Amino acid sequence: METLERDLRELGRVRPPRGFVGRVLSAAGVGERYAELETVLGTFFVSWNRAGVTAAGRVRPSHAEKVEKLPSQVRFDLSGLTEFEQAVLRKTLEIPRGEVRTYSWVAREIGRPLAVRAVGTALANNPIPVLIPCHRVVRSDGVIGNYGAGGPEAKFKILDHEGARPDRLLELARRRTRFIGSRTTRIFCLPSCHAARRIQPENEVPFTDEAAARAAGYRPCLHCRPATLAS
Amino acid sequence: MEADLNELLAIDLEAGFEPLVRAYGQRLFAFVYAMSGNAADAEEIAQDAFVKAHRALRRYEPQRVRELSLNAWLHRIALNVLRNRLRGRRLRMVPLDGELSVSDRAPGPERQALERAALRELARQVSSLPEAHRAAVVLRCVQGLSYAEAASLLSQPEGTVKSNVHRGLATLRRRLDLSEVS
Repeated sequence: METLERDLRELGRVRPPRGFVGRVLSAAGVGERYAELETVLGTFFVSWNRAGVTAAGRVRPSHAEKVEKLPSQVRFDLSGLTEFEQAVLRKTLEIPRGEVRTYSWVAREIGRPLAVRAVGTALANNPIPVLIPCHRVVRSDGVIGNYGAGGPEAKFKILDHEGARPDRLLELARRRTRFIGSRTTRIFCLPSCHAARRIQPENEVPFTDEAAARAAGYRPCLHCRPATLAS
Repeated sequence: MEADLNELLAIDLEAGFEPLVRAYGQRLFAFVYAMSGNAADAEEIAQDAFVKAHRALRRYEPQRVRELSLNAWLHRIALNVLRNRLRGRRLRMVPLDGELSVSDRAPGPERQALERAALRELARQVSSLPEAHRAAVVLRCVQGLSYAEAASLLSQPEGTVKSNVHRGLATLRRRLDLSEVS
């Protein structure tokens, strides 16, 4: 066979990039199953496949014919996201119910302390709201911040439902109280930390910043890790 | 094997679709790559074609699925996606350096790099052929379809396809000779 024709046949043997089949299947929604989840914000439609939950939202996916029960134990399939987005969402999953953290806290915890805005963007694009609790991340100045799944009111509502007492958090922020220390343990916490909430009112010491807490001889809590500086 | 795949798709699309993508993914990607000359576009277009195929299969009656000639049908869908994409926009002339690899034997890394560069150049040349010549050359010479299959896929007489292949090949030979001399 002539060279050109042989080369053209060779062109027909070019292979697609790694992971092509998986991306096609997930783009076509193959193997996806659907569940309805009743939440304080109303009904959410959850899609999942063998790898885990891929999406949640208020709109019923057009190809969701059969609605099933969501398994009690769910994993998350974040394979369509960048490594950074995955790190942000996985970190957010660690925030306990009833507590909140700040965008800069998430940035610091994933080792990218300067990427605060990017953390905000990654959370705003959270494909699985409610199940991955991006609502538990708020601004450092205490403002609840925006929320893709229904605006700030929805975020307030779900935090209230979880027992995070957003009204109290706003009030503390207004008084510029970032941390709360315990006179008996000499430990300071984020205000929503479950340890901070066990402090008797008469032993509560408010701090406006980390330096003040340290100067008073307090050390950061190991649960909520409120400090920006290494201890 | 093809008949089994048709049967599986007809009775259980969700079970049959992954085997379909595994069986035709490489062929369809290579087709779109030769047509577009760009690896990044090719992946997107090939993926889009499979998504459209999946949507169509959901609608089709089982009998229709059983009778599909899968290879030609998938190529036709990819051709439509290509046309819709390229309509109103010039082909990108500089291909992105996507990771391309060619199956079979394993020559040394330098030779591989040379071959990849040569393939990219060839894909670039093929993708800049006039549309009628390009589709004919790619279906016949890159994808190895018969003239009859290519003609039916393009809804053209066999004679037209033959002459388009010859003219396309002539253009390619001329351009590749020129680029070797310069």
